[in-house]
Amino acid sequence: MASVSIEQAQKSFGRTQVIRGVSISIDDGEFCVLVGPSGCGKSTLLRMIAGLEEISGGQIRIGGDVVNDMPPKLRDIAMVFQNYALYPHMTVRDNMAFSLELAKRDRQFIEERVSKAADILGLNDLLQRYPRQLSGGQRQRVAMGRAIVRDPRVFLFDEPLSNLDANLRVQMRTEIKELHQRLKTTSIYVTHDQIEAMTMADKIVVMRDGVVEQIGAPLEIYDNPANQFVAGFIGSPSMNFLPGILRRQSGVAQVEFGEGVTLPVPRAATGEDGQKVIYGTRPEHIDLVDGSDGVPAEVVVVEPTGADTEVFSKIAGIEVTAVFQQRHEFKPGLVIRLRPDANRAFLFDAASGKRLLA
Amino acid sequence: MAKSSSQSLLDRFNNSANALGLVFMLPAAAILLVFLTYPLGLGLWLGLTDTKIGRPGVFIGLENYRSLFNDSVFWLSVFNTIGYTAVASVFKFVLGLILALLLNQNIALKSFMRAIILLPWIVPTTLSAIAFWWMYDSQFSIISWVLVKAGLIDHYIDFLGDRWNARISVVVANIWRGIPFVAISLLAGLQTISPSLYEAATIDGATPWQRFRFITYPLLTPIIAIVMTFSVLFTFTDFQLIYVITRGGPVNATHLMATLSFQRAIPGGQLAEGAAIAMAMVPFLIAAILISFFGLQRRAWQQGSKD
Ligand SMILES: Nc1ncnc2c1ncn2[C@@H]1O[C@H](COP(=O)(O)OP(=O)(O)O)[C@@H](O)[C@H]1O
Ligand SMILES: [Mg+2]
Repeated sequence: MASVSIEQAQKSFGRTQVIRGVSISIDDGEFCVLVGPSGCGKSTLLRMIAGLEEISGGQIRIGGDVVNDMPPKLRDIAMVFQNYALYPHMTVRDNMAFSLELAKRDRQFIEERVSKAADILGLNDLLQRYPRQLSGGQRQRVAMGRAIVRDPRVFLFDEPLSNLDANLRVQMRTEIKELHQRLKTTSIYVTHDQIEAMTMADKIVVMRDGVVEQIGAPLEIYDNPANQFVAGFIGSPSMNFLPGILRRQSGVAQVEFGEGVTLPVPRAATGEDGQKVIYGTRPEHIDLVDGSDGVPAEVVVVEPTGADTEVFSKIAGIEVTAVFQQRHEFKPGLVIRLRPDANRAFLFDAASGKRLLA
Repeated sequence: MAKSSSQSLLDRFNNSANALGLVFMLPAAAILLVFLTYPLGLGLWLGLTDTKIGRPGVFIGLENYRSLFNDSVFWLSVFNTIGYTAVASVFKFVLGLILALLLNQNIALKSFMRAIILLPWIVPTTLSAIAFWWMYDSQFSIISWVLVKAGLIDHYIDFLGDRWNARISVVVANIWRGIPFVAISLLAGLQTISPSLYEAATIDGATPWQRFRFITYPLLTPIIAIVMTFSVLFTFTDFQLIYVITRGGPVNATHLMATLSFQRAIPGGQLAEGAAIAMAMVPFLIAAILISFFGLQRRAWQQGSKD
């Protein structure tokens, strides 16, 4: 086990810069999730840590050692690939034993390690099968088994669940998390799925276009997104963004949206009178109210999920999603009144997307 | 009533995959019969007669084969054919594999290099054979000329006049001609191997040699089996290169079974004897096909679904 620290890491493919000065520090035993939209450089960064891509600039340390020029086999890391990369011509047992056999460990040691990993992952009955004879979930487990037997300092996962169906994905998510709680090996996990990030991570790193947008614990990021991008990326259904103009007059601060609709501004928000802003509110922080409270919203679609009801409506012509725990059957076109929770709303600068916060 | 029962018979016929399959196979089977079986059958028959050019023969049983059995030139051609095939195939395999591995790397001018490699295969064999013949000429050989100018030898090499020189020369020409097929086919095989397997092996601590030994080679064996079967069959039945470069000489030292068969049958007029020699190649070819058939059996790891 070891800490990992990435300092101003850079990576260019030819002239295109893919990783542009990324700094992350991951503590010993931590489960860190790199999340971001497809193409933002998550895999590239992970492969730089693994030693599969050269590091164009900056430094990467594992357990204090600078590994920039260290070949992968000396870095003492194990990686689980998106397509599992199991050796098709080797049995499950041989797949798991391969690294130990290359390292010329003695037979007994290898058998012990393999059977221990097989126990943990429930692979005992499959040891003599070939990868083609396994289901997707079983292959996924073998890929993890291959990583576990090495007892490395760091586990690297590159979207390991994206080839599984939805149910299995949820199940494996839990299994990986349990495995981490049991082994406590420092893990870096790449995904584009914010739910995976929220549910699994000790620390989330949100990336976009080769830079880090925010680092923090899952709920910290959910409660306090640093900018509009992070706010929109984390949380499901994603946050509503209503463009408007900030008004500060005679001690009252509110955002104007046209059609005479205004909403009160969160207390801690900054910004000047007349500034173009984005008002952000999460679907789960909108209340349905009666009478003259809140603002009018015209219902577009209602989607009951069973557990809760998602209502899509328009406030001053802007699409807004709201989630209610109660069941509602609104006809499209009906005007209801909605009230976003002002204290849990966010204000962003329309031009830069930065959070307007004192 | 009768009508409806005949209708249902037709329906049943139309819906039976086996019966329909048989019908659809007929045209292909007919073509195979006419164009493959007839010449083969004719060859087999001719070998059992004493036909000469201009004189239809009569059935004489295994007489031709009996005389071949005591014919030292025939046995020399068998020896030559086996040696030619074995040596050339080994070199084509090793060099072709090395070339395929090199071309599979990220080298500069990749597609240009791949096109260049194919050249020996694209040029008509007779044309390249004539070029080799010229390169091996006792007076005008460019190889000898270069070596003499470089001061490495002091007189021209007698490429085609000496038994072993001639054998080596034709084998070299065959290797040159056969490498592209092996290299390009193996390259196609290499490209089916997912790069992430190499990455996984690298992380598992494999050296480049171990990656070749434990990943590339085992995954390539099915394709190697196919490619080398074809290569062996082509080489064993080779005719053009020999016929243009040496015509089987000197003193039959480079005669292959195919060239000897032609030599006896057409210029020599002994159609029946030529046919018998050609038929004598069949057991060898069948043996090669059987070996590869067992080599090509799907291995355990290839079975099961892909996803
Ligand atoms: N070998 C490569 N050569 C050139 N560009 C690459 C290479 N690998 C990745 N890229 C580019 O780098 C960017 C980030 O890729 P990647 O790290 O795979 O993204 P992610 O995993 O976040 O989806 C993409 O725009 C991709 O096209
Ligand atoms: Mg990726």
